[in-house]
Amino acid sequence: MISRAFDFLARRIDGPLMAALAITFALGLTVVYSASGGGSLDRVLVQVRNLGVALVALWLLAQVHPQVLMRLAVPLYAVALLLLIGVAVFGDIRMGARRWLNLGFTTIQPSEIMKIALPLVLAWYFHRREEGLGVVDYAVAAVLVAIPVGLIARQPDLGTSVLVFASGFFVIFLAGLSWKVIVSAGVAFAAALPFVWGMLHDYQRRRVHTLIDPMEDPLGAGYHIIQSTIAIGSGGILGKGWLNGTQSQLDFLPERSTDFILAVFGEEFGLVGTSILLVLYLLIIGRGLMIAANASTVFARLVAGSITLTFFTYAFVNMGMVSGILPVVGVPLPLVSYGGTALLSMLAGFGILMSISTHKQLVAS
Amino acid sequence: MRVGQALRDQQGELNVFRNRLLLASLAVLLALGTLLARFVWLQVVQREHYHTLAEANRISVVPVVPNRGLILDRNGEVLAANYSAYTLEVTPSKVANLDRALDELATVIEVSARDRRRLRKLQEESKSFESLPIRTRLTEEEVARFAVNRYRFPGFEIKARLFRSYPQGEVASHAIGYIGRINDADLKRIDEAGLTTNYKGTDHIGKLGIEGAYEKELHGVTGSEQVEVDSGGRAIRALSRNEPLSGNNLVVTLDLKLQRVAEEAFQNYRGALVAMDPKTGEVLALVSKPGFDPNLFVDGIDPVNWEALNTSPDRPLNNRALRGQYPPGSTIKPFMALAALEYRKRTPEYAISDPGFYTLPGMAHRYRDWKKEGHGMVNMHRSIVVSCDTYYYGLAVDLGIDAIHEYLSKFGLGAKTGIDIEGELQGISPSQEWKWKRFKQKWYAGDTVSVGIGQGYMLATPLQLAAMTATLANGGTPVYPRLLKGVEDARTRQTKAQEPRTGPAVAIKPEHLALVTAAMVAVTSPGGTAAKAGANAGYTIAGKTGTAQVIGLKQGEKYDAAKLREEHRDHALFVAFAPAEDPKLAMALLVENGGSGSGTAAPIARVVFDYFLLGKLPAEKPKLSND
Repeated sequence: MISRAFDFLARRIDGPLMAALAITFALGLTVVYSASGGGSLDRVLVQVRNLGVALVALWLLAQVHPQVLMRLAVPLYAVALLLLIGVAVFGDIRMGARRWLNLGFTTIQPSEIMKIALPLVLAWYFHRREEGLGVVDYAVAAVLVAIPVGLIARQPDLGTSVLVFASGFFVIFLAGLSWKVIVSAGVAFAAALPFVWGMLHDYQRRRVHTLIDPMEDPLGAGYHIIQSTIAIGSGGILGKGWLNGTQSQLDFLPERSTDFILAVFGEEFGLVGTSILLVLYLLIIGRGLMIAANASTVFARLVAGSITLTFFTYAFVNMGMVSGILPVVGVPLPLVSYGGTALLSMLAGFGILMSISTHKQLVAS
Repeated sequence: MRVGQALRDQQGELNVFRNRLLLASLAVLLALGTLLARFVWLQVVQREHYHTLAEANRISVVPVVPNRGLILDRNGEVLAANYSAYTLEVTPSKVANLDRALDELATVIEVSARDRRRLRKLQEESKSFESLPIRTRLTEEEVARFAVNRYRFPGFEIKARLFRSYPQGEVASHAIGYIGRINDADLKRIDEAGLTTNYKGTDHIGKLGIEGAYEKELHGVTGSEQVEVDSGGRAIRALSRNEPLSGNNLVVTLDLKLQRVAEEAFQNYRGALVAMDPKTGEVLALVSKPGFDPNLFVDGIDPVNWEALNTSPDRPLNNRALRGQYPPGSTIKPFMALAALEYRKRTPEYAISDPGFYTLPGMAHRYRDWKKEGHGMVNMHRSIVVSCDTYYYGLAVDLGIDAIHEYLSKFGLGAKTGIDIEGELQGISPSQEWKWKRFKQKWYAGDTVSVGIGQGYMLATPLQLAAMTATLANGGTPVYPRLLKGVEDARTRQTKAQEPRTGPAVAIKPEHLALVTAAMVAVTSPGGTAAKAGANAGYTIAGKTGTAQVIGLKQGEKYDAAKLREEHRDHALFVAFAPAEDPKLAMALLVENGGSGSGTAAPIARVVFDYFLLGKLPAEKPKLSND
């Protein structure tokens, strides 16, 4: 009875991937407990609930056949795009940014839906044009990417727009966009940088300044980076021990349970901890890329590849910013940071990944 | 064929995908490798650096302010003490709209208009990030009421602080002085003295009097506490503590009871009195009336009180004993007599026939005696007893101004006595040189005439007169007034007595001293100017009355106190020591616009002597006549 229930639950679950995810979750909850002061389980319990919801989404999506997902791609994209437009017009303003849409019963961040919808719709598009991809196809793809990314950047939410852009770009890149186009786009982007700079918000520009010289404004914009590098660096090889991080426990770290949780982790668990985390991420990404490589359809491969590489982008951008080699953009540390929204879209992505991984045999046979 | 083509294309596409995936994998490895390198850099290579930074971040050194030393009188009566109390403080920079916040605060804790005015004044004088007191001495109930509502008042805080209190109020306020909040000028001085570290955490500093002069003894050594703080600077827990060293207690020479008796003897008159031990220079009473309540200054005086103290015609903040420069009047006569004897310009027996005025040879101007009809035959003894002006006009002219200057300067006239609190003025011991320097004018013989009776250019502070009198009582061995009797070391609890200062003696032949002293005793005996004040004392008082003109009278005009506005009436002076044969107390006192030395000043001296020598408290207020 129990084993049958387990079989039912595990039927579409990719074992190695799930194992790596579970270890990372456990690590994450441990650090959330420490980052929330170490005296109360409140945040941990909220995070457990978040995880529960996200795991349900993962499991549900894992049951959905990739063919069905492909059919859902366009409607999902359309809905996400409409919601983004809705946010631009009616959205709630929280912390100076218009990211949330109040649906009456709940508030949602349509940009999170877009993180799933964009790779799906692009993969659907490239899958349909299987016979050969022309310049026009890439142009269409570029438009499909540009509209949501532009809307999200305007909210303004630099972190999410980078991630959404990445999720789209990975599909196009994996679909075989020619190097000529990639290089010329890169050159064009470099040329456009001054204009982009002009369009950035003050706080975004400050973040870039701050990255170059954090000491320029140690009590202002540079504070995050200085404090987080101190925390990580002072952790040393073995760390100060769980709940013993002075930087973290003494409130020096801003946003220490969300975007800057790596600083708490690095301080308390040292290089050993950060290396373990890197290895876990590497395992998850490696498994994801394997699934992509072995996927049976163009749609499945592109989606699997994009989801995996987007996950990688999360990890890299967050760790890069907290350790002071990338500008501060609001990106959580995947699977570890406190918070439910990004976790939900991320685990939804892993659900799709598992669906691709477990349904390929059926397609192949 | 078509199928094969499609298959080949599919195969080709798969190859492209796998190539791209491989490339992406390499990029992933490179990126994660970069992160690993970064972590190694931060956590291994730079670990020491960041460890140091983290320690500095975590540990904050907080100053622990020492208890300020107490000030005690010679009998152990407390003149300045500390008490700890809750204060409500605000950091203006943390409050968006202070006025509105104060309105709201007033609904929880009483905030009077005076509190607001004082806060506004403090705000003008301090930096916006300083924590300023709104209310002090909160009751337990008020503390509790604020604590409950604290969330409504960001930037406001209850703090437990040590405060200074002056339990004697106005009594001896000019000698004790007060502490006040450290201002920019104080900061500069602290910085120049290299004491910045020791004053971390200290808000108050001695401003005047003993509080000001012995700041160094009283302040103590600031301790420190290492505390773990959060980034908001709030202390979370103490790690180690380096105890502060309390300031030393000061024992001052004042006798509080004597001081009180002296102050009360002044009744409502303005004036000053300095009473000292003629052998040691210890000041037993230092009066400047009116006084002020030093408690007003402790946590910032409010503008209304400040205005009142500053603009009062009585000038209560002026320390008349040290800073009031008055013509010594006839109180200078004993010293003039000694000068004349010393310089052999007069013999004790030499007598004049006083017609009631003096004229310089070949001049018509009449320098009048206070007694219009004159004193008749006057020798030196009698000149002091009846305070004959005519005698001293001639004596001064015969001595010449420079001899007068030389001799009186030996007694300390025209120089600061060096008393151990600040603000003392030096008076004037006039000379030809002085007048030239001061006015670029030559000295006239007429100038010397009025100097003979302590008028004209001559000015002295009550403190100087007291020191001169004490030196006289001491037989010419100079006496330097001082207020510090001893320092009780905060650590060892040992009291270190202050050594008296010594200086070159004034040459006075014993027979001259005896003559002058006898004459001064006669002053307070029947027939003397202060006979009433000396009557039935039970001990001998050697004294000399004096009256100093506030405005000059025209030739032939008669002084009539009733007709003059009060502030134009003469100042009454009295210098004395007693018992005359073995002086225990020497004093000088001045009653502003008091009229005559005999009527107003001498009775005050009698009250003080009675208490000091006989322990007798005045049964009733002495009648101070104004005739």
